[in-house]
Amino acid sequence: MHELAVAQALVEQVDAVIDQHQASRATLIRVRIGPLAGVVPDLLATAFPLAAAGRRMEHADLEFTHAPIRVHCQTCGAETEAPMNRLLCGACGDWHTRIQSGDELLLESVELETAPALPLET
Amino acid sequence: MCDTCGCNLTPGNQHLAFKPVAKGATAVSVLKGLLAKNDDQAAHNREHFDRRAILAINLMSSPGSGKTALLEATLTALKDEFTCAVIEGDLETENDAERIRAKGVQAHQIVTGTACHLDAHLVHDALHHMTLDGIDLLFIENVGNLVCPASFDLGQHLNVTLLSVTEGDDKPAKYPVMFRAADAMLLTKTDLLAVLDDFDPDKAEAHLRNLANPAPVMRLSARKGMGMDAWLAWLREQLAAQRARVAKGQSRRPAIQADGMKYHKATA
Ligand SMILES: Nc1nc2c(ncn2[C@@H]2O[C@H](COP(=O)(O)OP(=O)(O)O)[C@@H](O)[C@H]2O)c(=O)[nH]1
Ligand SMILES: [Mg+2]
Ligand SMILES: [Zn+2]
Ligand SMILES: [Zn+2]
Ligand SMILES: [Zn+2]
Ligand SMILES: [Zn+2]
Repeated sequence: MHELAVAQALVEQVDAVIDQHQASRATLIRVRIGPLAGVVPDLLATAFPLAAAGRRMEHADLEFTHAPIRVHCQTCGAETEAPMNRLLCGACGDWHTRIQSGDELLLESVELETAPALPLET
Repeated sequence: MCDTCGCNLTPGNQHLAFKPVAKGATAVSVLKGLLAKNDDQAAHNREHFDRRAILAINLMSSPGSGKTALLEATLTALKDEFTCAVIEGDLETENDAERIRAKGVQAHQIVTGTACHLDAHLVHDALHHMTLDGIDLLFIENVGNLVCPASFDLGQHLNVTLLSVTEGDDKPAKYPVMFRAADAMLLTKTDLLAVLDDFDPDKAEAHLRNLANPAPVMRLSARKGMGMDAWLAWLREQLAAQRARVAKGQSRRPAIQADGMKYHKATA
């Protein structure tokens, strides 16, 4: 359910990017989500149109980049992939690992349509 | 804060930063945490706490795992030692805050309405209704929910996740995002272990370790006063650690670092 709150945060950030670049609207929004971020991409995709209604990104495509879970073992140094509820070292089985990727929740990039040049004031 | 400094670029994501696009369009690389606004507010809340050397603890669990009962027992045990305050985020009614006030402790009820988690702005609003001066320990009882509260930093220093023995001992495996975020896991209602044959505390702990989480696991019953000493000792230790940090001008975030922090480290 918190995906709506996340979608609203996304809309605000994209809005700021549109302003920063004096664009007219966003056409593509790319978000990077790892399984450990606690946000379900499908639910975010469902919530996005609600949050974006009437805004300058309402017709933008929302694309997700999947971020696989990778852990770095503090015991043997190996870096391996892991399922989300067994973050163990794939080489030696130890649980003393650190997440290298898989917990991201990032606005990766936005494609903008640039505004037509304003007529010069006379 | 870091929109332009490029500190979010790592060798792993650099290729995403600059991409050619069609004419008339611009591709902008952002690489910013989606919850950056919440995280900024949380950092601000943490400053409020650190300025007063308050230790802030976020309590999370399923509904009914015993968060309020634990608070009642804890506040009673600590009443001559520390000044505590409570932010109640568990919606339903005014009940929880009233249970706390009955202990003579300052409590503010956040009325989340239909919200399923607290966020840093709700907590900041609550702080405006409270007197923080003289407080040693601030407990925040989050909404009973094992899913979304884990994603929102409130400005707390520590996350404490409760798992009652009437739930399954495999909850940490089913809700890895929540249990990975725990700085301590409390197995609650252990007085009921005798009549339950399907909850193995060792298994619950093993599931937590499978999440690469070294957090201490404490077994207790707030209602029967079992195992409370270890929990109270942990609180005293954590408060001392917070005061030592504040004296050195440092702070602490819960077990999980936000992306921004991680990327800063990666490029430092
Ligand atoms: N047997 C037993 N019941 C408990 C214990 N702690 C809480 N409860 C009961 O569990 C129910 C929910 O407790 P509460 O503290 O309101 O849970 P919360 O929703 O997490 O705040 C209540 O009926 C409590 O009396 C305990 O240590 N032992
Ligand atoms: Mg409660
Ligand atoms: Zn929620
Ligand atoms: Zn290893
Ligand atoms: Zn920076
Ligand atoms: Zn403030």
